[in-house]
Amino acid sequence: MKRRDFFRASLTTGLGASAYLAFGKSLNIIASSKTAQSDVYDMVAIKGGEPDAMFDQALKAMGGMKRFVKPNQTVVIKPNIGWDVTPERAGNTNPKLVKQIIKHCFDAGAKDVYVFDHTCDNWTRSYSNSGIEAAVKGAGGKIVSGNSESYYQNTAIPKGKRLTEAKIHELILDSDVFINVPILKNHGGAKLTIAMKNLMGVVWDRGYWHRNDLHQCIADFATFRKPDLNVIDAYNIMKRNGPRGVSVEDVVSMKSLILSTDIVAADVAASKLFGMDPAEVAYIPGAHQLGVGNMDLTKLKIDRIIL
Amino acid sequence: MNYKLIKKLRVAVSLIFLLSIIVLFLDLSFSLPENFAGYPVYLQFVPSLLKFISIGTVAAAGFFIVLLLTVLFGRIYCSTICPLGILQDVITYIRKQFKKLRYSYSKPFTKTRYSVLAAAVILLLSGSVIGLLLLDPYSNFGRIILNIIRPATIGLNNAVAFTSEHFNQYWFYPVEWKGVEPFAVLFSFSFLAVVIWLSIKYGRLYCNTVCPVGTLLGFISKYSIFRLTIEEENCKGCSACEKVCKSSCIDTKNKYIDFSRCVDCFNCFTVCPTSGIKFKFAYSSKKEKTQTADEDKRDFLKKTAVYFIGTSIIAKAQEKIEVYKESTKPVLRKYAVSPPGSSSLENFTDNCTACHLCVAACPTQVLQPSFLEYGLLGIMQPRMDYKKGFCNYDCTICGSVCPSGAILEQKIETKKLIQLGKAQFEKENCIVYSQGTDCGACAEHCPTKAVHMELDPEVNRKSPHINEETCIGCGACEYACPTFPYKSIWVKSNPEHLAAKKPEEEKLEQNVDLKEEFPF
Repeated sequence: MKRRDFFRASLTTGLGASAYLAFGKSLNIIASSKTAQSDVYDMVAIKGGEPDAMFDQALKAMGGMKRFVKPNQTVVIKPNIGWDVTPERAGNTNPKLVKQIIKHCFDAGAKDVYVFDHTCDNWTRSYSNSGIEAAVKGAGGKIVSGNSESYYQNTAIPKGKRLTEAKIHELILDSDVFINVPILKNHGGAKLTIAMKNLMGVVWDRGYWHRNDLHQCIADFATFRKPDLNVIDAYNIMKRNGPRGVSVEDVVSMKSLILSTDIVAADVAASKLFGMDPAEVAYIPGAHQLGVGNMDLTKLKIDRIIL
Repeated sequence: MNYKLIKKLRVAVSLIFLLSIIVLFLDLSFSLPENFAGYPVYLQFVPSLLKFISIGTVAAAGFFIVLLLTVLFGRIYCSTICPLGILQDVITYIRKQFKKLRYSYSKPFTKTRYSVLAAAVILLLSGSVIGLLLLDPYSNFGRIILNIIRPATIGLNNAVAFTSEHFNQYWFYPVEWKGVEPFAVLFSFSFLAVVIWLSIKYGRLYCNTVCPVGTLLGFISKYSIFRLTIEEENCKGCSACEKVCKSSCIDTKNKYIDFSRCVDCFNCFTVCPTSGIKFKFAYSSKKEKTQTADEDKRDFLKKTAVYFIGTSIIAKAQEKIEVYKESTKPVLRKYAVSPPGSSSLENFTDNCTACHLCVAACPTQVLQPSFLEYGLLGIMQPRMDYKKGFCNYDCTICGSVCPSGAILEQKIETKKLIQLGKAQFEKENCIVYSQGTDCGACAEHCPTKAVHMELDPEVNRKSPHINEETCIGCGACEYACPTFPYKSIWVKSNPEHLAAKKPEEEKLEQNVDLKEEFPF
C-alpha cells in the first residue's frame, strides 16, 4: 500500500495528473446532472430479438448512448463473467450484448472502455470461455483482471448499515461512466442475481458479505456508486442450480433485455420477469429502504417493446 | 569428423532443454499449449521410468531412449537433457568468466555412488519413492524453479504490472500470490546452494557421487558401444583435456578415461590440439558382444531387484497431520487430498518425485507442495490445498503434464466424475446457523450441485445440503466458505478415488411466450 501511495503521489505531483483527474471528475458530475431530463424513459424492457439488436432498439428508446457517455470519457462495463462456462450455459453475460454496448460507447466518443469482473472460477479461463474476452477485444475495449488484489482500494461506504467499507476495484472508482451488465439467474444464496448482486464482482472480499448478512451487504453496497446504466441480460436465463448451473438443461430462452437507470427498479422488473416476487429477494426491499432506488414501478417511465 | 561442432551442437540442444523446462515452470499466464510439457520432460529419466513401471505404455518410454543413447554413446543425458546437469554447466560457465577453473583427474567414489543408488533402489522396491524424490536431478531442478525462481518471477511481474497500472495499462496484470510452502523453499534453496558449491569447487561431483541417474547411466556407459578414448598415437600428453574435464575422469598420465563418469560434455574435444580424443567403437568387430553388454545390464538390474525385494520392507510413515486445529468443532482431515488422476493416495505417493510441474501448471493453484500431509516419505509431494484454491471442473492439466505417472492423463468427461473426496458439513460453524443470515457461498461454487441449498424449517432459511454421490471433492465449497478460522464445509479425502454419480438433469420446459406482455 505504501508503494502504491508513493507512486500515486509522484505521478500526480510530477505530471500534473491531479489536474486531469479533477477535470475528469467534474465532467462526470455535469454528465450525471444532465440525465435528469423528463422526456426520456427510466426503463426500457424489450423482448423477442437477438441480444445486440434488442440493445440497439432499447438504447434508442432510452435516448441513445450519448445520454450516458460524453466524448473523451472513460467507461467501465461490469458484466457477469463469474464462471468458467460457455455462453449457452447462461452463467455469464451474453458476449454479443457486451460487444454491442462497447461499440455504442465508442460511437458516443468514449476514450477508453474497460471491462472486468472479479470471477469465482479461474479468471483467465472464465474470461476466455465466456466469449467475453474475445468480444471486448473485438470491439476495441480493454479487458482487465479483476482477480488481483492490488487493483482494489479500501473505500468507505458511508450509507452502509453492515457494510461500511470495502476494497473496490479502481476502475469503478476512477472511470467516468459505469455500466452494469448483469445476467438474470437463479441464485442459491441470494435467491436471484441481477443488477445489485452483480456488484459483488467489483469488490475484493466477498466473504465478508457472506458472513455479515448477505442481503444487507448487497443493499448497502448499492448506495456507494449507482451505475449510470443497468443492462440486464435475460436472453437466456438460468432457472435453477444458479449461479453456476450444472448444464444447459438449467437454461430457458427468454429473449429479453431490460435497460434501467434505477438499479432497484431494474431488479424488481427482472424478478417479475423471472417469476419471483421481488419482495422475497431481501436485498431489493433493503435497497429501496436505503433510498437507492424505487421498488414501485408505477413511479417510473417505462417503455415496453415486444418485437 | 568435426568434433568441435559436436560440442556446439550439444550446447545448443542442452540450452533448448534447459530453457524450455524453465519456461514450462515459469509460465505465469498459463499460455503454453497443454501438450508442451510433454516435449522437454519426456526424456527425463526418473519420472519416465516411474511412469513406465506404473502404466507400462510406450507413451512413457522416454527413459528407454535415454538408456539407448547411453548404450550407444554414454551419458548424453547428463549434459544435454538433464536440466540440473546443464544448470551446473551454466554455473561453471559463469564462474569461468571471473576465475580460471582447472580440474585434474581424481579417483571415483565408487562405494558412495553405488551405495546411494542402492539405497534409492531399495526404497523404491519397498514401495517408497522418497530416495528418488530427494535425489532425482530433474525433480530437484523443478523444485528450485518452482519454489525459488517462480516466486521471484511473480514478484517481478507484479512490480511491472503495478507500475504499468499507473499509466492505465492493464494488459500486464499482477499474478495472484498464494504464498509458498516454507519447507519446500528451504529444501530447494539448500539443494541449490550445495549444487552451486560443488559445481564450482569440484565440477560434476554431484552427478558422479550422489545422483542415482548419473550412477546408473555411468554403470551402463562402462559398456557403451562408442566410448571416448585417448588415441595413443595422437596424444602428446599435454593434459589440456584433463584441465577442462568437469568430471575429473581423464587421466592423461595413463592415457585413460573413466567413461562411467564422463558426462559427454565434449569440452575435451575443443581443447585438444591433436585430435587425441575420439569416440571409438568399443567392440572392435564382434557384434554379439554388444548383446552381452545388454545382458550384463539386464542381469545387473535383475540381480539388484531380486536382492532388494527380499530385504526388509521399510514401513511407510502412515502418520498424517491434521490440517485444521479444532476449536468449536473438530475438523480433521485425516488424509491429504491427492489430485484427480492419481487414483489413490498410494499410487500417488508411490510415483510422485515432487518435481512440482503440476504445481506450476495448475491454473487455480489448488495444487501446492505439501509438508508432512502425506507423511514423511511423501514430503513435498503436491496436494490439493483448498485454502489456496479449488479444482477447476473443466481442467485436466495436472494429468497431462505429470511426467512420472503419479497423475495419469484423464479425458475431461472422466475427470468430471472422479471423486477425490466428499464434502462434509459442519453445522455449528455455518453462517446460516451461527449468524442466522443467508449465505450459500458453498452451493454457489459447486459445479455439480452436490452442495445445494434446501429450506431448513427449523430456522426458516436455506442451508447447505450435500449429495455425497454427486460430490467430486473439488473443494470449491471449502474454498468459498467464508467462515474462519475453521470452515463449515470441507472435503474429506478418499484414500482411493471413487466414481461420482453424474448429476441428474431433467429437461426444463421451454414454454416461453415471446409475444406475452411483460409481467410489470
